[in-house]
Amino acid sequence: RMAALAPNWRFSQLFGEKDSIEEVSEVDIVSAIEFDETGDFLAVGDRGGRVVVFEQDASDYKFYAEFQSHEPEFDYLKSLEIEEKINKIKWCKRTNDSHFLLTTNDKTIKLWKLNKKNIKQVSTPEDTGRLCFPSVTTTESTIVASSKKVFANAHAYHINSISLNSDGETYISADDLRINLWNVEISEQSFNIVDIKPENMEELSEVITSASFHPNHCNLFMYSSSKGSIKLNDTRQNALCDQYSKYFEEPEDPSTKSFFSEIISSISDCQFSGDGRYILSRDYLTLKIWDINMEREPVKTIKIHEHLRSKLCDLYESDFIFDKFECHLSADGSKVITGSYHNVFYCYDWQNDIVTTFEANKNYPTNKIKTIPFAQRNKDLNPETMDFNKKCLHMSYHPKQDLVAVGASNNLFLYEGIEAE
Amino acid sequence: MAEQGDTKVVQRIINELKHDDCQVRTLAMGQLTTIAAALGPERTKDELLSFLKDCVDDEDEVLEVLASQVGCLLEFIGGNEHAQILLINLESLLGAEQSKVREKAVESCKQIALVMTPEQIQEYFYPLLVRLNEATWYTPQLSLSALISTIYPHISDDKKSELRAFYNAISASPTPLVRRAASANLGSFVRVIEDEYIVSDIFPLLKSTAADDQDYVRFMAVETCIALCSKVSQEVAIEQILPFAKKLATDSAWRVRYMAANHFCDLSKGFGEATVQAEMVDIFVELLQDREGEVRSAAASQITAFCQLLSEDIIINTILPPISELANDKDEHVRASLAGDVMGLAPLLGKTKTLENLLDLFLKLLRDEFYEVRLSVISKLNGINQVVGIELLSDSLLPAITQLAEEKQWRVRLAIINFIPLLAKQLGVEFFDDKLSTLCLNWLVDSVHSIREAACKNIKELIEVFGVDWAKTSIMPKVLEFCDHPNYLFRGTTLLSASALSSVVGPEMIDSTLLPLVLRMVDDAVPNIRFKVAKTLQVMVKFADPAVTKNRIRPALETLLTDSDKDVRYYAQNAIKAIPPQAS
Repeated sequence: RMAALAPNWRFSQLFGEKDSIEEVSEVDIVSAIEFDETGDFLAVGDRGGRVVVFEQDASDYKFYAEFQSHEPEFDYLKSLEIEEKINKIKWCKRTNDSHFLLTTNDKTIKLWKLNKKNIKQVSTPEDTGRLCFPSVTTTESTIVASSKKVFANAHAYHINSISLNSDGETYISADDLRINLWNVEISEQSFNIVDIKPENMEELSEVITSASFHPNHCNLFMYSSSKGSIKLNDTRQNALCDQYSKYFEEPEDPSTKSFFSEIISSISDCQFSGDGRYILSRDYLTLKIWDINMEREPVKTIKIHEHLRSKLCDLYESDFIFDKFECHLSADGSKVITGSYHNVFYCYDWQNDIVTTFEANKNYPTNKIKTIPFAQRNKDLNPETMDFNKKCLHMSYHPKQDLVAVGASNNLFLYEGIEAE
Repeated sequence: MAEQGDTKVVQRIINELKHDDCQVRTLAMGQLTTIAAALGPERTKDELLSFLKDCVDDEDEVLEVLASQVGCLLEFIGGNEHAQILLINLESLLGAEQSKVREKAVESCKQIALVMTPEQIQEYFYPLLVRLNEATWYTPQLSLSALISTIYPHISDDKKSELRAFYNAISASPTPLVRRAASANLGSFVRVIEDEYIVSDIFPLLKSTAADDQDYVRFMAVETCIALCSKVSQEVAIEQILPFAKKLATDSAWRVRYMAANHFCDLSKGFGEATVQAEMVDIFVELLQDREGEVRSAAASQITAFCQLLSEDIIINTILPPISELANDKDEHVRASLAGDVMGLAPLLGKTKTLENLLDLFLKLLRDEFYEVRLSVISKLNGINQVVGIELLSDSLLPAITQLAEEKQWRVRLAIINFIPLLAKQLGVEFFDDKLSTLCLNWLVDSVHSIREAACKNIKELIEVFGVDWAKTSIMPKVLEFCDHPNYLFRGTTLLSASALSSVVGPEMIDSTLLPLVLRMVDDAVPNIRFKVAKTLQVMVKFADPAVTKNRIRPALETLLTDSDKDVRYYAQNAIKAIPPQAS
């Protein structure tokens, strides 16, 4: 059940290497997190191409399955390495006792099936001259992950999003310049529905940063760009959806214009709310909440870490300004979460102007959770001492409860919200 | 029963059903009928089928084969009175995750239903459908709608009303895929349901599918409309179905309009000429001018079919103007679709009207910059020729053909070569000699092998059209020149041509003209040429005079039998084996 008031948040669980070690193994760094539609299952992908799945048992999550989803590859034609890092995971709607999920790296999307399989012992019959059947005995059952489909060779650029349609059959995948429409059962063919590649690549000024289908309307999808715009498209209008139906972009505040304005306006992630009424978007310094029926301006803009605005030059030099933070909404849309540096992330109750700040620090996992009014946030954060190498980029909100899963380096943190007294 | 050796083979197949390698299991599964034949009906029923029940926990490729093989086992169970036993194996496959597995399972079920008596269907098949309907997960319901139509005609009235209730339930399912399956199979259900229930059961279903939120449910309604029109009277069709047909053809989703456009003729037929002219013509014109290219393309493919329902006046005054505009469409696929269909209007309008109204359009399409458009026009020239005679087009035809003949993409060149004999027949020998023979000769030395091969076949067909005498003077000398070419690929062309020509030139020419050239290459430096000689001689043996074969061809082949290259020896041996006894 969702709490009516801001819940009391507490640390729940920590997965991954628990000791503080100097060198974090690159392959263990969390790169994708996703709850399934019931919240009973949680999938976590890392830079090493692995996916670990947890299952909810009472209030805790327990290990369910693990598999190697992608391997590093080499593109011989372009002489480029293709990383095995999992960029996104999306769960398919349940059709039976098995689970299906889509995972993707930069170039290839895969459909995986997880199910309980009975391990069988087969004994071949003796040769008696009469035909007989091998006998089969079940020894034990285990969870098996099998690759069902591989959707390859459809993207010239790096895939940043995948999103399943409410029709239960199709999904889209987006790279920097194109969005393709697939049928989950057909891997040999996909249709291109958005193409923003200019005739002359020298004129390239904008890339796609995220795309997703509307949760209820099978014909609507949106995509965000590096220029800070969100376009809502209707697949019913045309086969090639280059024209949009709705356009969401907040014009720039001239008083804050700087050399970095365009870079920080790039939207790193955008999501529909569960009922499809709102769109949440994250750019470098802010979160914006749009009502889908009002293109003029967002209904709410939240400044995440305004104290970094004066440090943009340093952040540019160090490339941190290009970090892509994810954002999520709670099921009822009343709360939004997003991350920042120094392992800090925030949960905003945006209608009541209350924020909970968390520091996902494995040395003190239970402390460092504070719920305060908006205006008081970040007061004790000193940009000079912030560790910019520690960032909460990936997270997911449970679809039914106040429960949040956050990735911090090679750890997964779970926090639970308990109803306020 | 089978011999010892056979038993071993069958046992191996049985064991492979549980092999570790999925590929092996798939292949073994494809041989279930072999196993069943060896086991005999009793053991098949008792043991094989229970064993197979344990195999449903396997990969999709294996299950797909299993699903289709179960239907084939009908012959091996000791008579149709046992057919229901196969349903047990199919039940879980009907609810499989993969649509291909479900489809094969449905097909097998249909095969079984065909041989069952109504009593069997009522006792065994019907409960299966009840269980599918009550399943926890939705996938079994996807197969349900396909099977309802299959058994409906064979069961009692009270069960029929249950099935109608099932159909209503799945058509209102919260899962879009289930509604889609229901919508897709509604046409088949219409064909078996009694007339009295059309109004009470089917029309409401048509209404709900045509208004469904999901595009892919709505566009299935097009087919339902078509099925209904053939079932009800014209008055009822106009009153009840026409509104839906119109709605679908003007739907906001382009995919639905596309389905309507693609089936527009069938969709309109049922309403009668008067209504079509009053109501459907305008909609058709709208579809021809639709903002989505795919829809315009689909509409263009229906022009000839739809115009057969209309009067000449309407065609000329209402349909032709938008069609002429389509020839200028910015989307080349639309223009190609138009070109592939519009020529069919010529017979409808007759010679004079075609000349007046359509000729310019054809010429325009013939000069289109996109090769597929030009190719489509040329492929349909036959229809034009019957009505107006091709000479009118010949001025534009030649540049079009030449351009296509020189296209960079070799598959385009290949396509035009295949039309040459047809064109030659219609344009006559003078036109050909004058304009097209150079093209045909150039193709013989094209850089792509498939083109050279097709060019040789082309020459052969031209000889069939124009006769051997024509060939002797005009084309053959040039074709056979290549045998002295320094490039071995082109010497090979001569051999290809000789092969192709052998069947049409007659034994005399084979002996006088073709054979000497071929024999000259018996000692060619390149082994590829030498073994091609052997292959060519093998073909020539079929058409040459037996004496010639004995005296000239056989000795040459015997020389090749002692060649240093083993491929040459191999082909020479094949050729010798092919020599019939009377020529040895």
